[in-house]
Amino acid sequence: MKINIIRRISQVAILLFFILGNLGILPILKGDLSSSMLFGKIPLSDPFAVLQIYLATFSINSVAITGALIIFLVYALVAPRAFCAWVCPINLITDFAYFIRKKLSYSKDRNFLNIPKSFRYYFLALSLILSFVLSMPAFENISFIGVVQRGIIFTNSVAIGVIFAIFVFDTFIVDRGICSRICPLGAFYAVIGKFSLIRVEHIAQNCTKCMDCKVVCPEVDVLKMVGKNDGFVASECISCGRCVDICQHNALNFSIKNNKEG
Amino acid sequence: MTRRELLKSGFKVISIALAGGFVWKMASKNDYKVFLRPPGALDEAKFSSKCIKCALCVKACPYDTLKLAKFGDNMTVGTPYFTPREIPCYMCEDIPCVPACPTGALDSSLVSKDDKLDANSIRVGVAVVDMQNCVAYWGIQCDACYRACPLLDKAIYLEYKRNDRTAKHAFLLPVVDAAFCTGCGKCEHACITKKAAIFVLPREVALGEVGDNYVKGWEKDGDSKLQNADTSVKLQEKKAINYLNSEEF
Ligand code: SF4
Ligand code: SF4
Ligand code: SF4
Ligand code: SF4
Ligand code: SF4
Repeated sequence: MKINIIRRISQVAILLFFILGNLGILPILKGDLSSSMLFGKIPLSDPFAVLQIYLATFSINSVAITGALIIFLVYALVAPRAFCAWVCPINLITDFAYFIRKKLSYSKDRNFLNIPKSFRYYFLALSLILSFVLSMPAFENISFIGVVQRGIIFTNSVAIGVIFAIFVFDTFIVDRGICSRICPLGAFYAVIGKFSLIRVEHIAQNCTKCMDCKVVCPEVDVLKMVGKNDGFVASECISCGRCVDICQHNALNFSIKNNKEG
Repeated sequence: MTRRELLKSGFKVISIALAGGFVWKMASKNDYKVFLRPPGALDEAKFSSKCIKCALCVKACPYDTLKLAKFGDNMTVGTPYFTPREIPCYMCEDIPCVPACPTGALDSSLVSKDDKLDANSIRVGVAVVDMQNCVAYWGIQCDACYRACPLLDKAIYLEYKRNDRTAKHAFLLPVVDAAFCTGCGKCEHACITKKAAIFVLPREVALGEVGDNYVKGWEKDGDSKLQNADTSVKLQEKKAINYLNSEEF
């Protein structure tokens, strides 16, 4: 099966587990993507949110810290930004926006705004500094991801407006704006995924330089070695596997990266 | 321009206008609203920075009392609150919402007595009676709030007063004792007037504070508050003398 389909199933299934868990129908996951309880016992928390709360208050319960460590380790070890492609509901919106943008052939239009890809890292740093200075979790309080995921999980209609606004922003204002330029959570996972093990690997020998992969990749910069030399993608890769799906020549595949060599 | 291009740019303009309008509306909304936090909540600033917005407290509440603030609700998005007029806090004995909180934004030590959760020590707010609109203050018999209070005769008691207008009836006036009131809002929920004449406000909104310079000398240990009192304050004798010498006197 195509990786892209499996990943869509994962994105939707996680939201469904939350919805059913909160309704008390299926007691697996309770809470939301900020913090939750797995099987009523294992705490899971968003490590970026916990870090901001910690910087804001300098005290936080051990339950949240344990939960954050679990999630931190999973994403730090498994695959870079796996959260973005396999869990985050925003990805469903922005991928759809990109699809529409392509359909309307807007991609050649100039962007309304030019936001560099490095912007997200400044935003990440700023979120942490502001959390400390203002004594409140700065990004958490304005997080569009929070509004959307809670909107879906706890079904409130105001979120539809936010979802639409994100769609419009990515479709008409900035190409791949939210996920690959603005989102500090994605940047956070890119940073902690620096040493993650599962990566897309390029084998230059098999590559015919058709450049199909560069068309589908939402973070094209990570494929700069394609056609040139062997190598693993950088941690900005969202591990969506699109490139693996599309490459007809078996030049791209998920494999285990040995960080000592790389 | 071709038909297709026209449709394309029309779609673009309409979408941007709609989304922009939505964001504008949400950003400029400002209906003032006081809100009540769940039991055990730290003080407002601490609470809203510690809450991770997970709704585990909301889900732990068996009465659907708690809600998460939505975008546009005029409080930190995603934090829990409740509206007693809709659903009050039923002061569960085991206060399930508190231990559910993973971050400590709801602190069990604030609702415990002798290391055990104690619903009577919940202080989510304090009830206030609007004497203008409470019909009991008009002389009409009503004790709905008094009957609804889980701490009947402590948090709300009735004060009897002669009704001079009829000269043969009594007023039965509901009075709130802030020392016992938990702020659960069952009174507000039960109030029979169109908009509740008794309602819960956050304690920091509803209550005053007395400085160290007033002491209940008739109470045992009444002067214990003086232990940490600031004694560096000096009387300005001149000021008093000048005042006595001024023309007005
Ligand atoms: S899709 Fe495969 S063959 Fe084509 S350029 Fe990319 S890696 Fe090379
Ligand atoms: S490199 Fe491949 S897996 Fe990574 S973001 Fe691009 S398309 Fe997705
Ligand atoms: S004490 Fe009980 S009724 Fe009150 S908010 Fe907590 S769970 Fe709900
Ligand atoms: S359980 Fe705690 S962190 Fe979660 S929403 Fe309630 S108060 Fe906030
Ligand atoms: S229920 Fe309302 S109207 Fe009746 S006594 Fe109480 S505050 Fe007054």
